[in-house]
Amino acid sequence: MATTSKGLFGSSLARKYWMAVSGLFLCSFLVGHLLGNLQLFVSGEEGKLAFNEYGHFMTTFPVVKILSYVTYGAIFLHTVDGIMLALQNRAARPVGYVKEKQSANASWASRKMALLGTLTLFFIVVHMKSFWYEMHYGALGLDANGNKDLWTLTVTAFEQWWYAAFYVVAITGLAFHLSHGAQSAFQTLGVNHPRYTPIIKKTMTALAWLIPAGFVAVAVFLYVVQPGQNL
Amino acid sequence: MDLTLKIWRQNGPQEKGEMKTYPISGVEEDMSFLEMLDYLNDQLINEGIEPVVFDHDCREGICGMCSLFINGEAHGPGRKVTTCQLHMREFKSGDTIYIEPFRAKAFPIIKDLMVDRSSFDRIQRAGGYISVNTSGNTIDANAIPVPKQNADKAFDAATCIGCGACVATCKNSSAMLFASAKISQFSLLPQGQPEAKERVLNMVHQMDLEGFGNCTNTGACEVECPKGISLENIARMNRDYLFASLSSNK
Repeated sequence: MATTSKGLFGSSLARKYWMAVSGLFLCSFLVGHLLGNLQLFVSGEEGKLAFNEYGHFMTTFPVVKILSYVTYGAIFLHTVDGIMLALQNRAARPVGYVKEKQSANASWASRKMALLGTLTLFFIVVHMKSFWYEMHYGALGLDANGNKDLWTLTVTAFEQWWYAAFYVVAITGLAFHLSHGAQSAFQTLGVNHPRYTPIIKKTMTALAWLIPAGFVAVAVFLYVVQPGQNL
Repeated sequence: MDLTLKIWRQNGPQEKGEMKTYPISGVEEDMSFLEMLDYLNDQLINEGIEPVVFDHDCREGICGMCSLFINGEAHGPGRKVTTCQLHMREFKSGDTIYIEPFRAKAFPIIKDLMVDRSSFDRIQRAGGYISVNTSGNTIDANAIPVPKQNADKAFDAATCIGCGACVATCKNSSAMLFASAKISQFSLLPQGQPEAKERVLNMVHQMDLEGFGNCTNTGACEVECPKGISLENIARMNRDYLFASLSSNK
């Protein structure tokens, strides 16, 4: 039998491997990001100084810098690969059905991954403009320790109801995206085991809701408590 | 039973098709769905209208020829049945039933409800076989020990009748469930090992060439499959392909 294959670049399965690997890496990034955000629950001068110190560390420590470039790369790969997959999928059915009962056999999130991913990408662009761009290139004031005052920028952003609302909606979209993607990445990579798959599914689905819930909790806390007003 | 049928009519592969409405009465609940279509065609012929073209063969649920997307689901309502095993008792008098062909770029319409599923045959030809010595000293298949569990799983995969409901149901028109079943039925058995790597690489390559979509793991194919082919087969194909890609000579 002669072999013909595009191997790990270009075939349908390979594109899915890259989606799964980049997606799982981005899940681990979210865990790290959330742990950092939890510091925002500490208000007052003490919380402000600690958060800005953390912001300084995250933008200057070499290992974190390397990880951040890997993260940008993963977002780029996940986006481009996802667009190519979505275009191929669309082309695979040029004429659709008049009547189609998709809800009879598949979950809503699993059918809307491209839409939810697009919403998430839009959110990432807005989010990076709000904080990443301002931290790197904006004119931020300095706190008492001489660190850029990322804390004030963050808490004042979430004091605006529309910004907090947009954030909650976008993170909810991300939660649905993760609810399918985080566990299905394992199936894509070939993991399907009678003992371990149920555990993986439960764990990843729980994480898919708990991580976004953590982000939303911080946003709601900042909107309700308005720590920037009390300083 | 009195029914209103909305059926896709299309004269040929390149023609433009449309849904046409046919009222029908006198349908009995013991008729199979295909018998109901035979009954409709009798009436159409009497009226001088061209009968509706649809695929069928054994009418016992084992050949994989019947297809049809009925009321938004492959092989209609109910689970683990082919259209020939679907009976009119699943519907009630007064119902409107939408009947459409399986939709996929890789399943072009021949006429009306009949589609060309030879893309499946080409995937099979790319590696869905084993090489056996038939020169007079053929080895008895039972002479090679096969673990019971693997034999059962290989048999389950081999029950795929290649009807294409997985493709028709998948929002991406993906053929992963079919291809993975045809790969698994050999990769689980010792007889399938000599060509295992080439098989998975070649069959996936052919599947891609045919223009099927990708797998989003929605699981819709498994739900609608008349033979209950498991998603476990897709995972097996995924890891076999990964290992074969990393360890093949080419």
